[in-house]
Amino acid sequence: MATQHSRSAARLMMAPAVVLLLGWMLVPLTMTLFFSFKKYLPLRGDSLANGLDWVGFENYVRFVTSSSFWPSIYATLVIVGGVLAITVTLGVLLAILLNQPMWGQGIVRILVIAPFFVMPTVSALVWKNMFMDPVNGLLAHLWKAFGAAPVEWLSQASLPSLILIVSWQWLPFATLILLTAIQSLDSEQLEASEMDGAQPLSRFFYIILPHLGRAITIVILIQTIFLLAIFAEIFVTTGGAFGTKTLSYLIFQRVLESQNVGLGSAGGVYAIILANIVAIFLMRIVGKNLDA
Amino acid sequence: MGQIQLNQVTKSFGDVQVIPPLDLTIEDGEFTVFVGPSGCGKSTLLRLIAGLEDITSGHIAIDGKDATDVPPAKRGLAMVFQSYALYPHMSVRKNIAFPMRMAGVPEDEQKRRIEAAAKALNLTDYLDRRPGQLSGGQRQRVAIGRAIVREPAAFLFDEPLSNLDAALRVGMRLEISELHKRLATTMIYVTHDQVEAMTMADKIVVLRAGNIEQVGSPLELYHEPRNTFVAGFIGSPKMNLFDGAEAQKHGATTIGIRPEHIDVSKTEGTWKGRVGVAEHLGSDTFIHVHDTGLVDMVTVRITGDIAARHGDEIYLSPQLDKLHKFDAEGLAIR
Ligand SMILES: Nc1ncnc2c1ncn2[C@@H]1O[C@H](COP(=O)(O)OP(=O)(O)OP(=O)(O)O)[C@@H](O)[C@H]1O
Ligand SMILES: [Mg+2]
Repeated sequence: MATQHSRSAARLMMAPAVVLLLGWMLVPLTMTLFFSFKKYLPLRGDSLANGLDWVGFENYVRFVTSSSFWPSIYATLVIVGGVLAITVTLGVLLAILLNQPMWGQGIVRILVIAPFFVMPTVSALVWKNMFMDPVNGLLAHLWKAFGAAPVEWLSQASLPSLILIVSWQWLPFATLILLTAIQSLDSEQLEASEMDGAQPLSRFFYIILPHLGRAITIVILIQTIFLLAIFAEIFVTTGGAFGTKTLSYLIFQRVLESQNVGLGSAGGVYAIILANIVAIFLMRIVGKNLDA
Repeated sequence: MGQIQLNQVTKSFGDVQVIPPLDLTIEDGEFTVFVGPSGCGKSTLLRLIAGLEDITSGHIAIDGKDATDVPPAKRGLAMVFQSYALYPHMSVRKNIAFPMRMAGVPEDEQKRRIEAAAKALNLTDYLDRRPGQLSGGQRQRVAIGRAIVREPAAFLFDEPLSNLDAALRVGMRLEISELHKRLATTMIYVTHDQVEAMTMADKIVVLRAGNIEQVGSPLELYHEPRNTFVAGFIGSPKMNLFDGAEAQKHGATTIGIRPEHIDVSKTEGTWKGRVGVAEHLGSDTFIHVHDTGLVDMVTVRITGDIAARHGDEIYLSPQLDKLHKFDAEGLAIR
């Protein structure tokens, strides 16, 4: 165990990183909090140099009472929930598949991981123009081949389309983490359950899935944090139209399109609170797995 | 019932034949031990019997019925693994219940069998713990409990005690022997510890590179090893084996004499040597004798103590009626 001496040495050495991290997070956080209590409309001549008017909680009230607020929360939760459900389910299945010995395993694994290396903007554009375009898209051609009228994906089924695009990006991450977890499963445990008379499906539910519990928790936690903030995918596909305006997109619109820094900052504080609620909630529900 | 018959069974991994054609019959109720050096195919043979590996050619019959293509769960055998292979996320109770749950045994019958097994194995106080909260010996008992409740035709053990410390190993050895006496079920036990083999077995199967070198009761193997390999492998410390001129005198290529069959004297004897290290175990003393002109080192066992110091001269005389003789192929001359 650590001695008194080594502990203080460790603190000293961690100090620069801690200070940097605190600065990195505290400065923007304080500024956001500061602006959220001010009236700050740069186009109307407000500026830091002239001093900003203190408006109390007016920004907070206006943000939640605006007609876009609840729809944005709904869109955020649907997208996060949908992507989590798809990536975890398919991730487990893909991980099991990739864990089977097969020819060309190395190449297949690289191909599966590849989408993760494509920038969100690029992949969203590729999906929008190559697959989902109602005139030239591959899916449109497919629909026509069967004599059906092409679907206008991004307007008629905007949320599912976005979930599809984002899932495609995050599936490799889930698969990779779950694959390494599956590889750490003791093969004797599987053999023991086989001798105990467990059929493949029972082996999956009684042995493999509980073993993956911890990895699934980690995937859910990390993905939730990143998915709450997705932006590029919405920006390049629907631009926030057709009910795809998430909380982070709404904040962007308030600050940059309406040029209302105070209102946007209040939204930002809501987003921080939401992210923390989700994180605590998840930690409570699934965090039991982490200290088992 | 639990008679197991292997008929011309072979196993290859790719091009490598690990088990050459092998015949073996294990009688119902017998405690059979597979021993052999590391990598000789003991685990592979056990896994072939269990059905966890496919046989390359040959047949396995359990209770006279062909089981070659029967899946592991249907063979009615229970296996205890070296790593215990307990399910870490289930309580001890659930672990033990698992095979019964899979087989659809009624709840109250499950409960009855769990209670009985827990009582027999001293696990009653631990039923609600997870495997991670148990000691090695307790985990081993849970693994055995999980095997017992299935009421299998035979138990298969793959080095079940090798992760335990020496004292616990002796205790568990007795418990398993006790269990065998009580259940009278066929048990196949893999080990490379020949003390375990000698003390537990009704029948020992000595393996080398997948070949059966000899099958017999512990004392048969001890008194009448069929070849030099078995002679050197069974018994602790090892039998002293010499070849060359000393062996020729007895009309053999190789002769062997166990450490306990050599008389020691400070004044006269057949061979003269110099005392090396003496290992005092209290009841016995093992003396390593060097410079005999025969082999590098001869081991001698004497009961009690002897006033021999490192470097002293010492005389050794083999008890001629206990001498083992082997021919050029290493086979025993009888
Ligand atoms: N899956 C496998 N693929 C290829 N070779 C294997 C495989 N399993 C075992 N072998 C080989 O088969 C031989 C016998 O292995 P086995 O595990 O049966 O030895 P063992 O007698 O149980 O040894 P130990 O006492 O060390 O457990 C070894 O040479 C091993 O390298
Ligand atoms: Mg082995």
